[in-house]
Amino acid sequence: MTVLNGRARAWAGFAGAALLLFAVAPLALSDFRLDLLAKYLCTAMVAVGICLAWGRGGLLTLGQGVFFGLGGYAMAMHLKIADAGPGNLPDFMALYGTATELPWWWQPFANPVFALAATVLLPMAVAAILGLFIFRRRVKGAYFAILSQALTAAFAIWLIGQQATTGGTNGLTDIQGFFGYDLDDPLNQRTVYFIIAACLLALIAIARQLIHSRYGELLVAVRDSEERVRFLGYNPANVKLVAYVVAAGMAGLAGALFVPAVGIISPAMIGIVPSIEFVIGAAVGGRASLVGAVLGAVGVAWAKTALSEEFPAGWTYFQGLLFIVALAFLPGGLASLAGIVRRRRKAVQQTPALPVGEAA
Amino acid sequence: MTVILGQTFTGISIGAVLLLIALGLSLTFGQMNVINMAHGEFIMAGAYTTYVLQKSISGAGISLLVALPVAFLVSGALGALLEWLLIRRLYLRPLDTLLVTWGVSLMLQQLARDIFGAPNVQTRAPDWLTGNITVIGGDDPLTFANSRLFILALAIAAVVALSLTLRLTPLGRRIRAVVQNRDLAEVSGISTSRVDRTAFFIGSGLAGVAGVALTLVGPIGPTMGTNIIIDAFLVIVVGGIGQLKGSVIVAFVLGALQSVLEYSTTVSVAKVLVLVAIVAFLQWRPQGLYTLRTRSLV
Repeated sequence: MTVLNGRARAWAGFAGAALLLFAVAPLALSDFRLDLLAKYLCTAMVAVGICLAWGRGGLLTLGQGVFFGLGGYAMAMHLKIADAGPGNLPDFMALYGTATELPWWWQPFANPVFALAATVLLPMAVAAILGLFIFRRRVKGAYFAILSQALTAAFAIWLIGQQATTGGTNGLTDIQGFFGYDLDDPLNQRTVYFIIAACLLALIAIARQLIHSRYGELLVAVRDSEERVRFLGYNPANVKLVAYVVAAGMAGLAGALFVPAVGIISPAMIGIVPSIEFVIGAAVGGRASLVGAVLGAVGVAWAKTALSEEFPAGWTYFQGLLFIVALAFLPGGLASLAGIVRRRRKAVQQTPALPVGEAA
Repeated sequence: MTVILGQTFTGISIGAVLLLIALGLSLTFGQMNVINMAHGEFIMAGAYTTYVLQKSISGAGISLLVALPVAFLVSGALGALLEWLLIRRLYLRPLDTLLVTWGVSLMLQQLARDIFGAPNVQTRAPDWLTGNITVIGGDDPLTFANSRLFILALAIAAVVALSLTLRLTPLGRRIRAVVQNRDLAEVSGISTSRVDRTAFFIGSGLAGVAGVALTLVGPIGPTMGTNIIIDAFLVIVVGGIGQLKGSVIVAFVLGALQSVLEYSTTVSVAKVLVLVAIVAFLQWRPQGLYTLRTRSLV
């Protein structure tokens, strides 16, 4: 009964979200606002992965920027090559004049199929290798968080250092086309938005399926008591690895779609600060709840735009405060508010008011 | 040859700065399982304290020496305040302390930006620290900068002071007791919350001292803490949490490794290589170089 209820509720929620994303938003928002929404939805995709890895699996990954960046750069490299046309170098390489031909590791990205596959598979492969090293040796908790953060720092620094082949601090800018379609055309921009919205819904569906499977229960069990799961005969390292790799793939896809939506990818979007910002959204909304994480990510990204337009300095204070309040005083995020209120109301109804002094 | 020696020395002085930072972090991490991301901003507070003191006291030679204790107190007070306001509520939730203190660090950075402005500022090193000491003369000289020697001395002094405090004083005994077994310490009559706050004060104060040292090698700015704190965390992870010995060894090794690799490759490649080395090391010793032996299964 409850299962059916849950499933029916999920379908209703899905239909509602689809209606909002595909009908209401495009009609109600201007092209400019819809572009911004597309950007926020990319953040939400990362948050879906974070909900899985951190909310469910307890893996606080402060390195989602790396996977976001791998996906983004894979996509941007292909689009840059395509923009340049056959036989030409991407504009920034020609500008610096250091490279006379495409570097070997750029060449495969000329192939659209390879590039598209790489946006998801490359982050997943990197996560798999890293995760294997980290989880097999039972590096966990804070150690894992710090390592993932160090990884982000190293990746961003490496990208900045390779000016001639990665565009350095500027990143890959000024992307014109998306698989033959001109990105300046508002109609094509709108199509990009629809692709992003559809991908987000698909990722939510995948994550929900995973969470409600046996695997999802195992993941929560590993989070809550890794040793007991080990005693039961499972290998917690593999359980964590799957969540980490899936989250990485989701971040990679988000990064890849972020590129046509925004037209640029640079180290500033994938360093330590953005990586933590991905986590904030999920934390504020509710790390363990898919809906909470997604809405939190969109809400925080929106608040950032709205507030930093008005008060650039104020946003940083607000962001800090958001972090402190959400994590110190509301660890379940906004998603847990409803439950807290409901429980409190129930408690009030059930326990007859005791005269003062006789409580407990 | 002298180039390698000189590079190693630079690395060791980088290691000394890392060590100063890691000492404080290690104390709070080992003691309370708190990952304090705002530690970087306590470093910044120490650096700005030096800057302010230099503005108000004429004579850079004296102001630097005055700055050391004052920065210790300023950063220590900030740390104790943070512990009292937030961290004691998050006890037993180490991952959340990481994110909450990150929020604090964002606010402190913005505060610094509002007070001192976004651009970096600089202090003037006192005259007695500006020169070099020539170790090997001749055509291919090997020289050590005085300021870097001073930082090295400062780090050594801090290690000695901290380890003597931990070993010999009643406070040190209480801190060690809490680190080893918090519950047993509590039932033995130790006020663990007071010990926590004191440890946090000392740890944060050491960050302030590190901030003073950093003014000798680089500019002072709102984001100066963020960049170096991750390296300091790596030192603790590799050295073993709460282990002074481990932090000391690893800080110098990582500093020297980074510096030598930077010389033979580039800064960015060196960073990546150091990280690879760390992950490889953790395959061998997942709990770090030195570990506190417990019977815990977690």
